[in-house]
Amino acid sequence: MNALETASAWLGEGRKVALATVIETWGSAPQPVGSQLVVDAEGNFEGAVSGGCVEGEVISQAQELIAKGGPKILEFGVADETAWRVGLACGGRIKIYLETVV
Amino acid sequence: MKAELLNRLLEARRQRRAVAMVTNTATGEQRIVPRSEAAAGSEFDKAFRFDKAAMAGDEFIAIYNPPLRLVIIGAVLIAQSVIPIAQSCGYDVTVIDPRGAFASAARFPNVSLCADWPQDVLPKLGLDARTGFMALTHDPKIDDPALELALKSDVFYIGALGSRKTQAARHERLSKMGFDDVTRTRISGPIGLSIGAVGASEIAVSVMAEMTKALRLGLS
Repeated sequence: MNALETASAWLGEGRKVALATVIETWGSAPQPVGSQLVVDAEGNFEGAVSGGCVEGEVISQAQELIAKGGPKILEFGVADETAWRVGLACGGRIKIYLETVV
Repeated sequence: MKAELLNRLLEARRQRRAVAMVTNTATGEQRIVPRSEAAAGSEFDKAFRFDKAAMAGDEFIAIYNPPLRLVIIGAVLIAQSVIPIAQSCGYDVTVIDPRGAFASAARFPNVSLCADWPQDVLPKLGLDARTGFMALTHDPKIDDPALELALKSDVFYIGALGSRKTQAARHERLSKMGFDDVTRTRISGPIGLSIGAVGASEIAVSVMAEMTKALRLGLS
């Protein structure tokens, strides 16, 4: 099941859902542009936007978005101040579009 | 994303229709555009062909192509080795072989299996641009009618098992059936990249590498 099918199934169960999509990458990136991750309010997730490097941060941002609403752009990379916490060990940079599905 | 747009994306996927979702990342506005609106050979059309989502100004163009599909003619040993690799690369696999003893569910679990002649099955299946095709039986009686239908379709890859001598004889037969030289160059045969593969498993690696190359880079 891909991220969209999961999002649809979860919505059908009455769960609140956010969708993260990789919209740009620079340098090496394990997941191509267009890769998607679906998250619910409890932090359950399916899919991937990186090799596991930034998923944790994306999930917590997604939970916040579900509570507050509105789309948001997230950016991760080695130059990021959060590099130690959620940086990409591969040296790449990625931009992610985060939105709720309502 | 509105749930209504999500439902339309999923419906397109079920009906094997290629669509793009265009998102204005500044405003959050979204719309769905079918591939049929992309002019042949345009950048937008190429984005579909090569599965390349990308930003264009403030807009993100997400490509939703139908799921990849692999049709294998011949419930043979190499097919058994190709299937798990193809499935891990995201292909839905269909195996067709009119020989019931070959096309047994015990030998081919977890795939769509048809113990019928390819010419009876393929028209119903609908060979499209998101489908790869392999003729693996070595038997012209089974392979040729299937190759004929593959050559008349938009499949992105056509591989045919057999030595250079077998290929030459095959090309002669297909030529007599009316397929010109250019059309017949769509057939990759002997099948697979030349990596010195020994045995069915390594041949499967070379075949999957060749099909992946055709999918990602096109035939060249």
